[in-house]
Amino acid sequence: MNKDKVIKNDGVGKVRSQVFTFDSLKLENAEKLGPVSLAYETYGSLNKDKSNAILIAHALSGDAHAAGVHEGEDNPGWWDEFIGPGRAFDTDRYFVICSNVLGGCKGSTGPASLNPKTSKPFALEFPLITINDIVAAQKRLIDHLGIEKLLSVVGGSMGGQQVLAWLVKYPQSLCSAVPIATTIKHSPQQIAFNEVGRQAIMADAHWKSGNYYEGLPPSKGLAVARMIGHITYMSDKSMAEKFGRAKKGIGEPFKFTADFEVEGYLRYRGDNFVKRFDANSYLYITKAMDNFDASGGKRFEEVLRGTKAKVLVISFKSDWLYPAYQSKEIVKACKLAGVETTYCEIDSTYGHDAFLLEVAEESHLIRHFLKKVFYAYEVTGEYGA
Amino acid sequence: MAHKDIQLDHAVILDLIRPQSTVLDLGCGNGDLLYLLIKERNARVQGIEIDEQAIYKCVAKGLNVFHGDVDSGLAEFSDKSFDYVVLNQSLQQILHVDKVLIDALRVGKKVIVGFPNFAHYKSRLQMFFKGRTPVTGALPYQWYDTPNLHFLSITDFKSYCRLKDIKIERSVYIGQTKMIPFLPNLFAQTGIFMISK
Repeated sequence: MNKDKVIKNDGVGKVRSQVFTFDSLKLENAEKLGPVSLAYETYGSLNKDKSNAILIAHALSGDAHAAGVHEGEDNPGWWDEFIGPGRAFDTDRYFVICSNVLGGCKGSTGPASLNPKTSKPFALEFPLITINDIVAAQKRLIDHLGIEKLLSVVGGSMGGQQVLAWLVKYPQSLCSAVPIATTIKHSPQQIAFNEVGRQAIMADAHWKSGNYYEGLPPSKGLAVARMIGHITYMSDKSMAEKFGRAKKGIGEPFKFTADFEVEGYLRYRGDNFVKRFDANSYLYITKAMDNFDASGGKRFEEVLRGTKAKVLVISFKSDWLYPAYQSKEIVKACKLAGVETTYCEIDSTYGHDAFLLEVAEESHLIRHFLKKVFYAYEVTGEYGA
Repeated sequence: MAHKDIQLDHAVILDLIRPQSTVLDLGCGNGDLLYLLIKERNARVQGIEIDEQAIYKCVAKGLNVFHGDVDSGLAEFSDKSFDYVVLNQSLQQILHVDKVLIDALRVGKKVIVGFPNFAHYKSRLQMFFKGRTPVTGALPYQWYDTPNLHFLSITDFKSYCRLKDIKIERSVYIGQTKMIPFLPNLFAQTGIFMISK
């Protein structure tokens, strides 16, 4: 494949998050939540006929900041290598939107937001939201931006669940969908890992049934939850390559210090995470992931039937958290439903994290797929080249 | 045969396929044939291919392709969901040929099969005079690195079709650069059959 097509440049440069607020959202469980705010960012510009808009859905710990850099910060957005001029989501052609999920803690309404009824943070008063609710809120944002039909909805992991929800809920509102390293519904194993994370948070004495906003947050619990997460995001091989059995430093060993590199890494990841994430959001969002079933209890192909959208499904060989067989189930349903589909299992050793890291292969697939959808099907000399 | 610069087997298959058809190519490789079918026949196509690098080439051509093996790739397609199912140079590399062919005949209204003829006279000479496993233009591999799992002749395939009650609608025999009008089992390097059930 043509790896040199990934043009290195400055990406989208300085960016700012915006907030869209609307009165209320009727949730799947019939409760009403409002007002609802969504933090979002956009890159590139919307064309005249509003046909070049792509929604990017983030994963569990992601946010609206997918690309570029915020004023005064160094770190680019979480999918920066994919978004920008000449990149897979080419901002010279496409208008790219990413919003923080409902229930999140990075600018969108979530359990840490103030409950208008009590003027205190919602905490566990926050309703149990679903992936479909998250997507319904995104739809409001897309409507607000004046976009009738998205060119594509793209996302990995929990982002992929949102992609599937879009495909089922709003098939008329998208030309294509790219679910990456995701599943129609969580397996017991996936639910189990999330449950251990939730239990770690709730076992932290600071959690106080979610009412910790005036005191210390349940940092230890959330850090442990994140540590478990990171184990599941990597592969046996990527861990061995990254850490081996190497030990940290030469200091006098003390019982149960983080001797091994991998221990230090997990602690560092856990400690960092608590600075930027709300424990209650973690509970709500992981529960939404576990409860999600794109097929709504039916056979997924029945739900998909009649869909005109084109689909690109991507999985990764070493991903054991969202194994390739789960992506193949999506593909199988697409086949049965007669949906135009392309599927690729990328040979990667990164585990689930691969969807953030396999830039060249993933970019190649996404770039050409989007081109096909955007320019309709036209076999030109360029394709043959 | 008005198609210059096209591989001869592709030109033959192109001639067998009607405009506006739907085509499933099992083992579509880089997607050259599917690309040709879209351009020349305005076909709606789907490929299945096991090789990851080939998938990238297909996607760059704008093709719909599934990454996976043919042996397990057919079950989910409903009966007669394609006008043609193509197995060009892939039949001999499939593990369960019989099962896949039966399934292909279920999924496709017609099936087009192209395979190297093991009974080509050059193969026979190598076997007879040298006592060696043949290495020829159509069978270019050494015994120890061949992707081919099955070795069949044109006569073998015809008798298989008789045995299984499969109707041979068209058969075309080709050499490196031209059609082979007689004694195909001796002189053709490749046999291309359009079959149905």
